Amino acid sequence: MLKTKEVEFNYDNQMFFKFQNIDLNSNENLLIIGESGVGKTTLMHLLAGLLKSNSGSIKLFDKELNQMSSYQLDSFRKNNIGIVFQRPHFVNSLTVKENLQLAQYIANKNDNTRIESILKNLNIFEKSNKKTNQLSQGEKQRVSIALAIVNSPKLILADEPTSSLDDNNCSKVIKLLKKQATDFGAQLIVITHDSRLKKHFKKSIEL
Amino acid sequence: MNIFKLSIKNIFNKPLSSSISLALLVLGVGIISLLLQLNTLIKDQMDNNLRGIDMVVGAKGSPLQLILSSVYHIDSPTGNISLAEAETISNNRMVGSSIKILYGDNYKGFRIVGAEKKFIELYKGVIKEGKDWDNPYEVLVGSKVYEKLKINLGDELISSHGLRETGQSHDEGTFKVVGLLKPSNSVIDQLIITSPQSVWDIHETHDHDEHENEHEHEHDNREITAMLIKFKSPMNIIQFPRQINENTNLQAAVPSYEISRLFKLFGFGIETLSYLAYLIIIVSGFSLFINLFNSMRERKYEMALIRTLGASRFQLSTMIIFESLVLTISGFILGLLFSRFGVMFVSSLMEESINYNLNSLKILNEEYWLLGLSVLIGVVSSLIPAIQVYKMNISKILADA
Repeated sequence: MLKTKEVEFNYDNQMFFKFQNIDLNSNENLLIIGESGVGKTTLMHLLAGLLKSNSGSIKLFDKELNQMSSYQLDSFRKNNIGIVFQRPHFVNSLTVKENLQLAQYIANKNDNTRIESILKNLNIFEKSNKKTNQLSQGEKQRVSIALAIVNSPKLILADEPTSSLDDNNCSKVIKLLKKQATDFGAQLIVITHDSRLKKHFKKSIEL
Repeated sequence: MNIFKLSIKNIFNKPLSSSISLALLVLGVGIISLLLQLNTLIKDQMDNNLRGIDMVVGAKGSPLQLILSSVYHIDSPTGNISLAEAETISNNRMVGSSIKILYGDNYKGFRIVGAEKKFIELYKGVIKEGKDWDNPYEVLVGSKVYEKLKINLGDELISSHGLRETGQSHDEGTFKVVGLLKPSNSVIDQLIITSPQSVWDIHETHDHDEHENEHEHEHDNREITAMLIKFKSPMNIIQFPRQINENTNLQAAVPSYEISRLFKLFGFGIETLSYLAYLIIIVSGFSLFINLFNSMRERKYEMALIRTLGASRFQLSTMIIFESLVLTISGFILGLLFSRFGVMFVSSLMEESINYNLNSLKILNEEYWLLGLSVLIGVVSSLIPAIQVYKMNISKILADA
């Protein structure tokens, strides 16, 4: 499902990253763990097609990301990848429900029943018509998970989803993410420096 | 949900900065459109009343005053001229037709004009109810007069001396309403019209008994206020007025010339004001640009989010341009509404002071240009923000978060 080979990336010739090869089968989740500054976010952006590597190959769902144009990457991303950011971002002028509708619109979908079922599943259905800046931190995180899965991605990429949480909440969030991935038939890749997550994943690599 | 709806939601999410740009644009567009409307309406009204009058003859004084008083009925007359002298001019071979008019009285601020019947034909006046006057002291009433003063057929009007409502009404004469005129959208709408004989009779110092016998005798002393003249050939307009002004103690004025002089006078003011309004529109463009630019910085994370959700660069840039266009186009529409209310306001002011009114809701050609200008401002001020969004490096923004 995901195969990377000799992936290298450098920012303006100053920072140079060489990533180890990854080989992930279908139906497997993956934890990528590493200290700050080893290029975790860079790797995630490379996997999401937000950045292009300087050399090497990233094969995701049998597509070579390095050979796609920026437009093709946008389209590949909306059909295949959901992203959960370290800090949740939303369109502030829209309500929770409208944010999800916007995500669907971008992917040429329109399915309010799916939005409802996701929000119910995440226990935030009653917040549907709230503006996102009226939500608590925990609610925001759940809405950002909803945004990541609303278009039924095959892969969910999560960037430091637990770094700012206490042990209790950390475990809750990661269980929630895993459950959502299973419920909606997606694979999960978590990128983090949080070693507490190790016990939740069968497969992990260290950068 | 779509990109257009999102643009509108974004505008409403920042009501303060959106409404400042909007208000500036409404002001700019509104002022220009108001000036255009007023200019056109006044010119139309002026030209409408000018039709069929090549020259006006009256007493010496300001030519503009003569035109304003005897063509537009909004200023005091320059004085009176003798009927005999007027007759000499109207018998000149260059004169096609002439209409003598007399002033003297008013009824509750509306002027009573003594005029030959040709006067009503000149303005294409049509009697709605009643009949033409046959005897002295019978009057036809213009549409605005009877609407405003609720005058009916058969009413008796007690006039007072002078042309303005003075408050002290020393009974000059009693007129009988024999006819009401249909609205004609010209000056006769605000006039009360009677035969010249009525006006002469009122101002006669002689006893009523002697009146009938002395009629012929009096002839030479009778006066009129002005005479409206149409030439046989338009060529005469150059020569004839000068002849009168140089060789007689009368004054001849050419309305079209005086009116274009008047327009040149206040045209300067209009021009200055419209430059100011264009300046306001440009400032509104700047304010729009600054708003978009700032909100783009504030919203860079949500833009990055929208991109990671799979929206293309082009869709995001479109959103920015939409936001700007929605504001400028609604600014244009509100500006037009503003100017229409302005026209109604000015019209009601004018109606009170000089019994003129202006009403038109049609869109002028220049206003389509104004729409073009608004759209242009919308596109230009959103261009740089849109390009910046297009070139945005989402990975860098997200990594900095």
